[in-house]
Amino acid sequence: MIEALWRKLWRHRRLLTAGIVAILVAHALAGSSLVVPVGLSLLLVASVLVVGDGENQNGEGAGAAMADDLQRLPAEHLAQAVTDPLILFDRTATVVHANAAAIATFGSLAPGLSLPLKFRAPEMQVLLDNVLSGSVGADSIDYAEKLPVERLYRVSASTVGHGSGLYVLIFKDQSEARRIDRMRADFIANASHELRTPLASISGFIETLRGPARNDAAARDKFLQIMQNQTGRMARLIDDLLSLSRLEMKPYLRPGSRVDLTGTLKAVIDTLTPLAKDNGVVIEREFPDEPTEIPGDRDELFQVFENLVENACKYGQSGGRVVVSVTPGHDGPEPTVDVTVRDFGPGIAEEHIPRVTERFYRIDAESSRAQKGTGLGLAIVKHILTRHHGRLSIASEPGKGAAFTVHLPAN
Amino acid sequence: MPMQTMHIVSAYDEELAYLARRIAAMGGHAERMVEQSIAALVNADAGLAQKVIADDAVLDDGQREIDDKAIVVIARRQPMATDLREIIGAIRISADLERVGDLAKNVAKRVVAVTEARQPTSLFRGIEALAELALTQLKDVLDIYATRAVDRIGFVRDRDDQIDAMYTSLFRELLTYMMEDPRNITPCTHLLFCAKNVERIGDHATNIAETIYHIATGEQMPVERPKGDKTDRVTAPGTIASN
Repeated sequence: MIEALWRKLWRHRRLLTAGIVAILVAHALAGSSLVVPVGLSLLLVASVLVVGDGENQNGEGAGAAMADDLQRLPAEHLAQAVTDPLILFDRTATVVHANAAAIATFGSLAPGLSLPLKFRAPEMQVLLDNVLSGSVGADSIDYAEKLPVERLYRVSASTVGHGSGLYVLIFKDQSEARRIDRMRADFIANASHELRTPLASISGFIETLRGPARNDAAARDKFLQIMQNQTGRMARLIDDLLSLSRLEMKPYLRPGSRVDLTGTLKAVIDTLTPLAKDNGVVIEREFPDEPTEIPGDRDELFQVFENLVENACKYGQSGGRVVVSVTPGHDGPEPTVDVTVRDFGPGIAEEHIPRVTERFYRIDAESSRAQKGTGLGLAIVKHILTRHHGRLSIASEPGKGAAFTVHLPAN
Repeated sequence: MPMQTMHIVSAYDEELAYLARRIAAMGGHAERMVEQSIAALVNADAGLAQKVIADDAVLDDGQREIDDKAIVVIARRQPMATDLREIIGAIRISADLERVGDLAKNVAKRVVAVTEARQPTSLFRGIEALAELALTQLKDVLDIYATRAVDRIGFVRDRDDQIDAMYTSLFRELLTYMMEDPRNITPCTHLLFCAKNVERIGDHATNIAETIYHIATGEQMPVERPKGDKTDRVTAPGTIASN
């Protein structure tokens, strides 16, 4: 009891000291007898004790109520509030609960799923074995996933409470650092390789202009034109490389927003109509006017369709028309919305079809260069679609044109 | 979704669950070996290649263990229907996974021969893309083994076609490189074998998908599998100019 009082006094020591000092100062200034300040000080101490007591009681009451709430807090709600992927599992390594972040990251993790069947990497098997066998209470490892996109996690596993028979697996995303490293390496490799060609050509022409062609006005004009084309190509290449790098930096998560697909397509067609006119191509619309809402990021999907329609206008120029159509489809049991961009040009030979989404893969380097292609357009398309859980399919018959179909999940 | 329906003898359930876990562990090892063999090839990493070659023993042991265990379970429990399919399926899947390991090992063995001289990165871009397809196939198929969501198995055929088309395209490309410069013949021939091995890995993944379908439904996966490998008809574009 005495101890408790002391503790209360200690807690309010600053207030008390200030009070007593104030009383003493007042006393010194007024010059009255010692009884008054001592009495006042005692009164102050007593009041602090009483007030402190009241505050303390309130605090204890609130604490008890909170502990009560905590006991009644469902583990599910707590797991849901955690932003990192979190999986609760039992002694047989069977999923009991996976939070929303885990499902968004790893797909289906329904209760009853056996964890070692889902996370098959040897180090994950060892981690699960270690924790379940009880040889260690908690353990963590680095876990890398390569497909569909490279990801790196620090995974920790531990028991939950004492004798609950439950265990928890928490994934901390470490991909950012890895992605930055990878991006830098890729960017340098691609940039140094692809920028060297136009650079070499520019420096060659400069040499010619300063040497043999010094006084040849006609050649000078022609060379300057070529040099301008080459710098333009370098600028486009850098733009595309940056845009691809930016995409690769984004976490691999499906965009949460929704987008009006037909509205986006209309905007793309409006933007590209001048280019189509220059190429002598008519873009035809084969989809209804009313909005079709699907999950997705508008800017990214805009880029997908812009690249596809632009390609169709450039490489399918001889066909004279490009048709953009929207149809419902399905991918397994999941409904999809399929957007097809069809041209009627020379088409793509069979052996090139599986390769065209690779970076810098060009069917015909000459015609690609003439059309101001960078060799990255379809790589960007593929990357964006992977992020959207969509895919691209290509059908073509030489001489009859090519059809690029984008399959996007409808919900 | 529960893996098995409950039996009176719970030790039986444990035995079946153990088989499934061993299959998954083998699958994880096989995936890792394929991934690393391609990484070793692309980065000219002889050390990593050696590791892949050594790791193959794990899969061999895994297959032997699953075979023994499965025979013991059959002898002791005399399984019927789903359980029997589950056990026979485990034997077949482990055989496929063991083959996947062999093929990855074979790719790893060629690393030194291919990368003896420095090769341009463009030479490896194709096989990297092919390996990515085959690995995705293997991963998706093993994920289905975990969830038994066989209604989603349709992608297997599509991807199998993609792998075949990619392989044919790669075959053509490598042939072109060899014609351009005879010094390319050694690495390109080895790469052709690597590509063939990767394509075979995709085929084994497809086999596993068929086994899973059979375990889950008791029926064979509907056949409509035209063989997509068209390299038997690929010829060199044009003839060699110089004699």
